[in-house]
Amino acid sequence: MSVLVVLEQTGGKWNRMSWETLVAGQQLSAQMGVDLHVAVPGSGIGALAAEAAAKKCAKVYAVEHDLLKDYTADAYTAAVEALVRAVSPTLVLFPHTYQVRDFAPKLATRFSQVLISDAIAVKIESGSPVFVRLLFQGKLNGDVRVSGGGPYFASLQAGAFRVDALESGSAPVESFAPPLAAASIRQKPEAPFRESARAVDLTAAEIIVSVGRGIKEKENIPIVEELAKALGAELAASRPICDAGWLPMERQVGSSGQTVAPKVYMAIGISGAIQHLVGMKGAKTIVAINKDANAPIFEVADYGIVGDLFEVVPALVEEVKKAKS
Amino acid sequence: MKIIVAIKQVPVRDSQLRVDANGRWIQEADLSFEINEPDAYALEEALQLKEKHGGEVVALCAGPARAAQTIREALAKGADRAIHIEEESLNTLDTLGVAKLLAGAVKAENPDLILTGLQSDDLGYGQTGVVMAELLGIASSTIIMQVEVDGASIRVKRELEDGWFQHITMPLPAVLTIQSGINKLRYATLMGIKKAKSKEIKRVTLAELGAAAPATATIEKIYVPQKSKQTQIFEGDAKTSAAKLVEKLKFEVRVI
Repeated sequence: MSVLVVLEQTGGKWNRMSWETLVAGQQLSAQMGVDLHVAVPGSGIGALAAEAAAKKCAKVYAVEHDLLKDYTADAYTAAVEALVRAVSPTLVLFPHTYQVRDFAPKLATRFSQVLISDAIAVKIESGSPVFVRLLFQGKLNGDVRVSGGGPYFASLQAGAFRVDALESGSAPVESFAPPLAAASIRQKPEAPFRESARAVDLTAAEIIVSVGRGIKEKENIPIVEELAKALGAELAASRPICDAGWLPMERQVGSSGQTVAPKVYMAIGISGAIQHLVGMKGAKTIVAINKDANAPIFEVADYGIVGDLFEVVPALVEEVKKAKS
Repeated sequence: MKIIVAIKQVPVRDSQLRVDANGRWIQEADLSFEINEPDAYALEEALQLKEKHGGEVVALCAGPARAAQTIREALAKGADRAIHIEEESLNTLDTLGVAKLLAGAVKAENPDLILTGLQSDDLGYGQTGVVMAELLGIASSTIIMQVEVDGASIRVKRELEDGWFQHITMPLPAVLTIQSGINKLRYATLMGIKKAKSKEIKRVTLAELGAAAPATATIEKIYVPQKSKQTQIFEGDAKTSAAKLVEKLKFEVRVI
């Protein structure tokens, strides 16, 4: 009986969500009254395993293999599977990263389980976990109960647990050599790359005016552009706008774009899917303008106007100009 | 090449959702439904691959009778035929249960490539494709932004976080989960809609695919999320609310 947290690193660098997941592991193992085990898969990860061992947990497994140097779904699935079979945890926790989305469902399937992905909270009820997940793009929440004896697998959403609650400690590091064979790894990865140097650095902006699907057509973009101009703000967008080519990709805010924390973030016609929220919820003041009063963006907004952006935005431009003159 | 595209029907994006009487799902009676958006991109990618390399595109959908509408639309856009796993009570299955049904239907078809959207807009587990690949014993890759077919293998562009990408090569058959925005969606033509009427939709039942495994993950209750933040909503017509907001931005937030 234990909780196992699988941390994520790439090329010797932690994914910052790893520590949030470790916080979850510390809290849940305490509530369940079981040990916390931590796994660090990779190649040449001695120093990282030692760093993890300085956090409060019972043991750190350095899951070390040359074939784990560059991430592949097949190698990581096999490595973590071997560890889970050896350690027999009740609950296995991951950060909900792109990498975890790529292999953890496969891993859970090998144990006839479902990965409870992107959970935002975990409650322990009579010893077993109940996970809270977003449904319908964040419009509703759902409590998901797992059964069947486990091991249970879950990935946790960025920000679900606060990293400042991380407790220090001292734990032993144990090497774990997973049985991997090069021939059974089907994916051949190449070096990661960026499309182009980013000409637009949204992270430096004090005010960001961001536009979403509510704008309806490319021809309407200037309406919002004018507000950005009046405020002296950078223009940004949610993913669908960049996908459609209405604004360049480099203006995208969200999990696949830039993460920003300006003084003011104005979300116009953006419903607030979680992929967008993770990129902007650190803004000091969030303003939402949306016709749907139930849009998830209002969950994070400090100020809101429920209304038609095609009326509200031009009115805002007028008022901003008035206030500035 | 033979491509199967797994598509799902979900409530239209702007739906006003209400929790049903037993608190475990939404009231579906008054809702309209459409193809899950990432699945629409997967379908488009399949159609484009067929145009380049020849072959066949088969749309696969597990869903109740109403899903037939979404299947027809896929056929109208250019899918050659469809398989409908028709079942009213799919909600009682978990992702593994649904993936087992889909994998069962795929197996009989022996395709070269299976595409699906990276996640559904309703449950959002984002794993049906990967689980299907594992059940079929074939390779998978997720969050794909480009697909190049080269004989018996494919080279894909996988999206990573923060604007990074990576190319990955793997053997066929394989399952890819497609990211929204990988291509430009087409509209069904009048001719396409006409042709769709004569295209085959094979209906398969749960029983034919073998009994589904009991769910290990069940939704106990669904509810409107509790607000963690106090949002000040400015009421009034556009001009009044805009004026109130600008006043806040000027005197309290101090950015004007």
